[in-house]
Amino acid sequence: MNAYVGTPTSRVDGRAKVTGAAKYAGEFSAEGLVHGFVVEATIPRGRIVRLDTSEALKVAGVLDVLTHANRPSLADKDEAWKDEVAPEGSPFRPLYDDLIKFNGQPIALVVAEEWETAKFAATLVRIDYEQDGFATDLEAGRGSAREMDKPHKPRGDAKAALAAATLRHEADYLVPTEHHNPMELYATTTVWEGDGKLTVYDKTQGVQNVQKFLCGVFDKKPEEIRVLSPYVGGAFGSGLRPQYQVVLATLAALALKRSVRVVLTRRQMYGLGYRPMTIEHVALGAGPDGTLDAVSHEAIAVTSRYEDFSRNDTGWAEQLYKSPNSHSSHKLIDLDVSTPCDMRAPGAASGVCALECAMDELAVALKLDPVELRLKCYSDRDQSEGLPYTSKQLRECYARGAEAFGWARRNPAPRSMRDGKELVGWGMATGVWEALQMPVAVRIVLTANGHAEVSCAASDIGTGTYTIVAQVAADALGLPIENISVRLADSTLPQAPVEGGSWMAASSAHAVLGAAEDIRQELARLAKAIPGSPLANDAADVLLIDGMIASEGKNGAAVSIADVMRHSKLERIEKEKLNQFAEDKSHARNTHSAVFAEVKVDEELGVIRVTRVVSAVAAGRILNTKTGRSQIMGSVVWGIGMALHEETVMDHRFGRIMNANIAEYHIPVNADIHDIDVIFVDEPDSRINRMGIKGLGEIGIVGVPAAIANAVYHATGKRIRRFPITLDKLLD
Amino acid sequence: MADITIPERIPINLVVNGERRALELTPWTTLLDALRDRLELTGTKKGCDHGQCGACTVLVNGRRVNSCLTLAVMKDGAEITTIEGLAKDGALHPLQQAFIDHDAFQCGYCTPGQICSAAGLLAEGRARDADEIRELMSGNLCRCGAYPNIVAAIEQAMSRS
Repeated sequence: MNAYVGTPTSRVDGRAKVTGAAKYAGEFSAEGLVHGFVVEATIPRGRIVRLDTSEALKVAGVLDVLTHANRPSLADKDEAWKDEVAPEGSPFRPLYDDLIKFNGQPIALVVAEEWETAKFAATLVRIDYEQDGFATDLEAGRGSAREMDKPHKPRGDAKAALAAATLRHEADYLVPTEHHNPMELYATTTVWEGDGKLTVYDKTQGVQNVQKFLCGVFDKKPEEIRVLSPYVGGAFGSGLRPQYQVVLATLAALALKRSVRVVLTRRQMYGLGYRPMTIEHVALGAGPDGTLDAVSHEAIAVTSRYEDFSRNDTGWAEQLYKSPNSHSSHKLIDLDVSTPCDMRAPGAASGVCALECAMDELAVALKLDPVELRLKCYSDRDQSEGLPYTSKQLRECYARGAEAFGWARRNPAPRSMRDGKELVGWGMATGVWEALQMPVAVRIVLTANGHAEVSCAASDIGTGTYTIVAQVAADALGLPIENISVRLADSTLPQAPVEGGSWMAASSAHAVLGAAEDIRQELARLAKAIPGSPLANDAADVLLIDGMIASEGKNGAAVSIADVMRHSKLERIEKEKLNQFAEDKSHARNTHSAVFAEVKVDEELGVIRVTRVVSAVAAGRILNTKTGRSQIMGSVVWGIGMALHEETVMDHRFGRIMNANIAEYHIPVNADIHDIDVIFVDEPDSRINRMGIKGLGEIGIVGVPAAIANAVYHATGKRIRRFPITLDKLLD
Repeated sequence: MADITIPERIPINLVVNGERRALELTPWTTLLDALRDRLELTGTKKGCDHGQCGACTVLVNGRRVNSCLTLAVMKDGAEITTIEGLAKDGALHPLQQAFIDHDAFQCGYCTPGQICSAAGLLAEGRARDADEIRELMSGNLCRCGAYPNIVAAIEQAMSRS
């Protein structure tokens, strides 16, 4: 029964969030809680030669200043510092030694009775450095890029096909460094429970990942550390790996045997991960009719000197479009910066941005409508693997999106459409992401009063996991959603991976189904075993519906769950189940979208407004049309930021970020956002998983920056290939 | 031995959500930290501490302010309304209900500031249409990108007030 799945159900955690009752990591308190404030390095590379904490320690209320020189023990093997999503390399260890690896690196933690005191005393810590030569400039270092050993399957001979193509388009597109900037500051409250036991409230996308990590770093037994993050104030990938504040808060708690809270400042959060600046070189070769002969995509991206972070920027062109020849490569440049990390649609947001701008440039050169070009290159099979898709309704996305947008009324000539003194531009792009799924376990406790508690270690970072888990459980157990309570994000709960990659909806929903199935079978067994029960001699299977156990047989017999449990003298039925998806390599699994954008550009001032966006998404079954629409809409806002606003700017003379705050690092504000129309294209998929779920976290951003860049070209006739497209670039 | 003293504490009174609260605070304590750390009213959020994001918005004597840019001692005697004070006797404020109805948040971290800011906006009576709401709500950042839903929620509350 689907009373809730597929409906616009309001968030079950809504009331907690609008009343201020929802507590985030830095808001938990404890007896005798003290506060840590981080001191950061101000050079990008070198060594600490003197770290003088004597003045700071003289401040009344300061309890300690932890540094590499006086800290408690930390693990000395890389293996202990590698969390479940760590890239290759040697992870950063805060306060480990005197080496400086990036500007903004934490080098001391001042701990005081009050936060203000710690913050003041942190200004009194004196540090002398021996600075080494350093490099932070990707473009200057382009020649030193090294090829990553990434699996990619070249098809044919792209180089020769490009040389022979009737029409060629080739260009570099630059996606700058971008920071996640979740609204919540990174924070950890580590509660000292005595005897070395710790309860850690952390801002993270994976409590069990952090729990295992802390056990490794501090040589603790699993039962000694419990990690919770019941509410997470946004993360967008920045909380996939344990961040350094969780190490520092825990280190201080162990050093002082007290509960410690560490909250990073907004500036300090620029010392965490980010979307790496990437030069995307795309070359397309086509025949006169608009069919592709060759696609080539080479990416050159930033990583740190200590870890190799890379994602799939370049594989999308090979997979998406029909082309007999293809080539891709991914190169890295090691710089004196912190390691990049996943940020909403990592790889795809940047790579597909370049690809889809290039496709638009090709369409212009071919004098073809941009949608028409995509349709000419359309493939019903994954071109890289030669596999059919479990489902792919991208064609329908183009059709529905174009219709809702009014694309047919577009005059293809640049600068041909106007609204008063504003030039109007219409652009479009394709989006693509993977449909991943992971093992997740769920426990359901059904009580005789007809309530069920559903629990799992998964996080809800604002994505709506609490709500979809409640919806799926309510339907599977035949109970009203008000009777379902959901507990998440506690490391002691059943297993879940980090919440990322758009895999949590499918993964958690099927785990709920599995546990609910065991409950149903148990109830059926009990109901049939009660002498004189209406189901006593019924061989038919049962359904759970409206609080009843109902026979699927012809007589329609039913008994209430409450009655069966009472007769069976059971207060509760508890079932825990780990759901694993059967491996199936026979089909490709992807979500797709078609994005249409309208911009209006002030001809004299260059001011760009994104006045309309239509995003038509094919992503399997949508569990919740209300929260799902919000997720896509929010992603579109991210895409607008990526296209027009977001850029972390480095001063390469000092190797330091110049706009490490949330005023000079521009993200869209309310006045920047106008009409956003989200269309979910029907995409039944009985192959991918039982419920046909694909996930929505990333797909909404992919393609949006390109659609806007293409619209800017259409409005102005100017092709801007360095993102973000700021007005100075249009006025040049 | 500590020989650098911190500033002397100053006694102040705040009327927070209708309740008189006596506090002794150092002058460098912001209204935001006084609410969160001293009064344990953590509904008011810290997102930047620099007046850039609006997550800390509360109503001071009915006007919306960034509590991170306000020293608590400057507000001696003031009436402060935080997100915890908007619901009355368990009934949500119309804006709170509208935010749920329109799914005007995802992670929820900017939400208390958005709602307090919107309450201030309604009291100002300056916003007449969606464009003006967008402009006058632009001091409250939402990284989840719920802006269109926030505007719809405020329009709902406006039409019913």
